[in-house]
Amino acid sequence: MTPALSRRAFLSRSALLGCSLAASPLLTPVSYAAAPWDTRLVVIILRGAMDGLDVVRPYGDPSYAALRGVIGGGPESGALDLDGYFALHPALEPLMPLWQSQQLGFFNAVSTPYRDKRSHFDGQDILEAGTDGRSGGHDGWLNRMLTRVPGVEARTAFAIGYGEMKVLSGPAPKSDWSPDANLALSPQAVRLAEMVMEEDPAFHAALSEAMLLSGDGAAGLGMAGEDGAGEMMGGTAMNARAPAGGAHVKVAQFAAEQLRGDTRVISFSINGWDTHSRQDRAIRPALGRLSDTILTLQNGVGPEVWQKTAVVAMTEFGRTARVNGTGGTDHGTGGVMVMAGGALRGGRVYGDWPGLDEASLYQRRDLMPTRDVRAPAAWMMRAMAGLDRAALEQVVFPGLELGGDPGLLL
Amino acid sequence: MVFSPELAETRFGCGLSPVVTPPRSAGDMLDGLADADDMAARFPIGTFDSYRDYLFEARKLQRAFNKDRQDKDKRAAFQQAKDRARQTDMQFSVNTLLRCTYSTTPFRERLVAFWSDHFTAYGKNNVMGTATTPYIEDAIRPRITGRFGDMLVAVTTHPLMLHYLDQDRSVGPDSKAALQKGGGLGLNENLAREVMELHTLGVGGPYAQDDVRQLAELFTGMGFSPAKGFVFRAAQAEPGAETLLGKSYGGNPARVEPIIDALHDLAVHPATARHIARKLAVYFVADTPPDELVDHLAARYADTGGDLMQVYAALLDHSAAWQEPRVNIKPPVDFIASAWRALAVDPDHAAQLPFNDLRRTLVQPLKLMGQPWQRPVGPDGWSELDEAWLTPQGVATRLRWAVSAPRTLRPDLPEPTAFVDQVLGPYATEPVRFAARAAESKSDAIGLILASPAFQRR
Repeated sequence: MTPALSRRAFLSRSALLGCSLAASPLLTPVSYAAAPWDTRLVVIILRGAMDGLDVVRPYGDPSYAALRGVIGGGPESGALDLDGYFALHPALEPLMPLWQSQQLGFFNAVSTPYRDKRSHFDGQDILEAGTDGRSGGHDGWLNRMLTRVPGVEARTAFAIGYGEMKVLSGPAPKSDWSPDANLALSPQAVRLAEMVMEEDPAFHAALSEAMLLSGDGAAGLGMAGEDGAGEMMGGTAMNARAPAGGAHVKVAQFAAEQLRGDTRVISFSINGWDTHSRQDRAIRPALGRLSDTILTLQNGVGPEVWQKTAVVAMTEFGRTARVNGTGGTDHGTGGVMVMAGGALRGGRVYGDWPGLDEASLYQRRDLMPTRDVRAPAAWMMRAMAGLDRAALEQVVFPGLELGGDPGLLL
Repeated sequence: MVFSPELAETRFGCGLSPVVTPPRSAGDMLDGLADADDMAARFPIGTFDSYRDYLFEARKLQRAFNKDRQDKDKRAAFQQAKDRARQTDMQFSVNTLLRCTYSTTPFRERLVAFWSDHFTAYGKNNVMGTATTPYIEDAIRPRITGRFGDMLVAVTTHPLMLHYLDQDRSVGPDSKAALQKGGGLGLNENLAREVMELHTLGVGGPYAQDDVRQLAELFTGMGFSPAKGFVFRAAQAEPGAETLLGKSYGGNPARVEPIIDALHDLAVHPATARHIARKLAVYFVADTPPDELVDHLAARYADTGGDLMQVYAALLDHSAAWQEPRVNIKPPVDFIASAWRALAVDPDHAAQLPFNDLRRTLVQPLKLMGQPWQRPVGPDGWSELDEAWLTPQGVATRLRWAVSAPRTLRPDLPEPTAFVDQVLGPYATEPVRFAARAAESKSDAIGLILASPAFQRR
């Protein structure tokens, strides 16, 4: 390497190779490809089934109070009025400035095509596969979207965190990383590790990728080094330096770093929504993480990129309309999608509201879904990357009826 | 079938050990399971019943503290109770790893891990949060060689499971207790759903929402108290009979026996046989196991009414179970446990490791590898798919752990060139041997051996 080429610049170019086994990133020159489009999409999977009726409370619905008395309530109970009919959960108050500047919105009464068994795990699989629940393998819809646009490189899309993100798995190149996984080994040990892994392509691919992303490496990951992750097991730093604000904030910071560069699609999870008991207390930590995450993204990408960013948070299904016997809610059907970003036409609650009177409920128990949750996501992708209707209805979301354009993006 | 001692130790055990002789046959492995559980005696773990003392005491101290939150002594007493529970739990975790390190029947340790994952449960608050190992010790471990139905009953009526899946708060809507209180009490479907979806029939099984509701009603009345353990509270039970999969259970007065009957019926359902057979094959053999292996296991399960020893025998006598190459990847916990076994970590040294060393070499790295100790995201436990562990961040963390943690666990690190043969046996490859010689330090050499694909696959 010539001195003129800094390690950082070098790595950010070689990073484009992703996990290619054939080419050693140390030797192969690569041409720099600009990111294929400009709008950033962040897809957050809310695992555990977020209770949409508690997050965006339909206090104007005449049936609401009777169903939700103990765990809800409109503005008179501290919820934040949105439009005279819906009110936001008080724990999301930090997001109200975004609402006021039309950078926060919701899509109500949405669900995947999954019905009736109400299993978290099937529900999440179908949400991430983006299928109608009867067909489709292990690929995720975000990955299939990437197969339909030109110019996609490994760094175009990132799955962040230690948990699996099926929504981004599939044949299109993408990157996986967690902000605190730096390698921090001697160069000799790293070389030998590469050699040891070489005979097993799957391990070798993962290690090569880790080498690219580690340390002060690719795509400006300088922040990762500040958290003491390199000292993880060598010293005491790991215990002493929990990141301020928790792991979710680090994930959002890392995501923001990528979005300022060439990354256009990011996905990660926020867990902790399965509020079967004492929901008034149980849902607050998860809402706190959601709100921290959105605000960290906003601050992290800066005003210019934020104008081109759309964040969507989706969950596997909603929860029962009625409070159960333990101050919580059980698995339901229709739910709410949370959207944010400067690219969003926000400040409104989208979706056809089905009503909460008993006859309008799905199976007399759950909010009736009035729109496939895949449709708003599809319209966003159409707006940001120009995917055509056929690709969206047949490839990205097989079996979807796209319906009318809700006009979610500016 | 092609039995191989080294494959037996890796695929069905906790990896090769420099000090424990591998089994000579599948018969050896089954005999070992039938024998007394010597590891449980040598590295004891308290049962949940004994753990209840902590719960009981902690709850008392918590109440005292809640009454007077300014009182520093009360705060300290409650904190100490929590710390004691946490340290006890950490010692139990160490003993779990030591069992893997020294067992002559490591197949037992793997089966305990398999069933603990199948019946995932953990505490959601304070002291309960450290009760998982005791739960495994009394609900699961003694029953892994018996009938599945007996384990199902023990788990479903266990305080930790009742707590984890909210059954202890579920009350029949028309029960005496609910009517007296006049609101605020009612049904919670969580445990009923997971029993059918995860523990027995499987999500593709022949049940519907109505069955979930009926089983939830049947389950009402089950609860526990720190003082007594499991209790059946008839006043909280939904009156009348419930119909599950077309069969009627219970009636008035409400009793616990019909619940147990229903669980036994679920346990021997053909869908359950299939579900368990597939999970065992995936866990031990491959992400997509051969159909004939799953059929073979399911048939044995059905023929024997879920006699688990017979099912294990069927697994070990099928040639597909001994196919090479080894494709499964050790999940993080098993990776670390097999490294303990490879290093033959000294039990006295392990027992004296400071709490912070254990956090640094066990608790934190497991989190970074994607498998926080006994804390899967949901009741479906850990991913069965190898790709879940094969991420850049997961592989990088394993490598870093392998070069840095062993010297804490075993300060006199073994001689690397000998270590290669001891822990990889026939799976040692030339690049690994070379790395063991060429590394700059002993810890790097040991780390490269433990991080090699030959060590990580099974």
